[in-house]
Amino acid sequence: MTTASEPLLSVRGLRVVLGGRHILHGVDLDVAPAGVTALLGRNGAGKTTTVRGVLGLVPRTGSVRFAGTETVRLATHDLVRRGIGYAPEDRGVFAGLTVAENLRLAERPGAGTPDYPLVHELFPELKARARQSAGTLSGGQQQMVAIARTLLNGNRLIIADEPTKGLAPRVVTEVALVLERAARAVPVLLVEQNLALVRRLADSCVVLADGRTAHRGPAADLLADTGATRRLLGVGSNSPAHEEADA
Amino acid sequence: MSTVVLLAVTGLGLGALYFLVASGLSLIFGLMDVLNFAHGALLSIGAYGSWWAASGHLPGAGSSGAGFVLAVAFGTAVGTLAAVVLELALIRPLYDRPREQVLATVGVGLAVPALLSAIWGADARPFPGPHALSGTFGLLGARIPVNRLVLLAAALLVLAALRLFLGRTRHGLVVRAGVEDRAMVTALGVDVRRAFTLVFAIGGAAAALGGALGGLYYGSVDPGQGTSLLIFAFVVVVMGGMGSVAGAALAAAGVGLVQQFANYYTASGLGDLAVVVLLAALLLLRPSGLTGRLA
Repeated sequence: MTTASEPLLSVRGLRVVLGGRHILHGVDLDVAPAGVTALLGRNGAGKTTTVRGVLGLVPRTGSVRFAGTETVRLATHDLVRRGIGYAPEDRGVFAGLTVAENLRLAERPGAGTPDYPLVHELFPELKARARQSAGTLSGGQQQMVAIARTLLNGNRLIIADEPTKGLAPRVVTEVALVLERAARAVPVLLVEQNLALVRRLADSCVVLADGRTAHRGPAADLLADTGATRRLLGVGSNSPAHEEADA
Repeated sequence: MSTVVLLAVTGLGLGALYFLVASGLSLIFGLMDVLNFAHGALLSIGAYGSWWAASGHLPGAGSSGAGFVLAVAFGTAVGTLAAVVLELALIRPLYDRPREQVLATVGVGLAVPALLSAIWGADARPFPGPHALSGTFGLLGARIPVNRLVLLAAALLVLAALRLFLGRTRHGLVVRAGVEDRAMVTALGVDVRRAFTLVFAIGGAAAALGGALGGLYYGSVDPGQGTSLLIFAFVVVVMGGMGSVAGAALAAAGVGLVQQFANYYTASGLGDLAVVVLLAALLLLRPSGLTGRLA
């Protein structure tokens, strides 16, 4: 059990070695029980590996406490079934299945009724395209499927890994609206390069550099400090390349 | 004309046998990335189980009528059980060590025929099938062995059952998704290991059924039958596409037909070579396999 002040997800000393190479050297991060926590860093800093390490999708050591329970020894499916919705960087959509089948796969039998009304309200297009093969969807539509799967089960935490990557500005805005709405009910760990989106959504942030935690604190403070964003992220916080979500 | 009809039907019968072995092999490789060299052993277990039961050792079972159906069911059940034990005891503990996993399945693939030889001898044993299935019937001037039709019917039933399972059940959905991206299935909260065991059981059942009906096809069972059929089953899996049941069915029919026609119109034994040539040609012209799902 967690109290209101305790983090929902608390990661300490997360280490990942892949192919004999140390990718993470001891990442620490907390996700508050409400709002959006952004996980930031330059390309190759270890953001996606951190998420995969938290979920047990790669071999890892360290401590991963979720809702007050140590989970580092749990299998991925056991941890996820405790209430985590995951939208991966590559969207993880099953191209050979239909949209409806992709959603059905995310249902958790015995864990309550799937919230299709919410999913169809947020993404009416998915209802219309239920029988369409997911492999024929556009990138934006596939991202909708990925996010919809995280909203289906009344999860306690949503992890979204670069949900706006490669999307058209209009779709980025759409995704931002959905995440904004989701975050009112469920805490979100958001891996993101788009600082405009981070500014709009995130309450706190964790910055990784070379597989280590380089900074933790309120997102607004980091983004207000141009020197820090340039040093930690390699960009100015008002860089035009990172303002897509301000539309 | 009658020769062509005879070769076509017997070729499809042989293809049906290949399909029974290859369908499970394809699903196992597609979902689990396991190259199961022990799959031929499951066929042999099914064959010997049915032979043992049909020879009068199992009460109620026999070489004709309902007794024969019971004997085939018994062989299939024993093969299924062996597949589940194999997955739980040997494959599952070695998921993170694929090299050792392959070696372990090779070991089982060698040990089972040796064990069968030690118990019942290395020589082929006559398979006691029903008289009704040992005859022939006329089709377009050709005399077709009845047992080829039994094999074809069994393969079509297995194909239909697999397609229903994959298309209409949640476990089937998990298997289809797992063939695409196993890690993502677990990241959605699905215990994919259950699907692994289920797929192994289904594959073992199909192979064991193939072994039982192979006894009808060859008229005998011998310890090496599974191993020799496994080679062609692997060819079928590669041609049909990993994890594709429909692809396996198509490729199995093609391999069976090519083998029969080549054996008849060239020289006996060249059919095996023709299959290898067919595989090479397919991989050169269409590297992704018949269904575009070659790993």
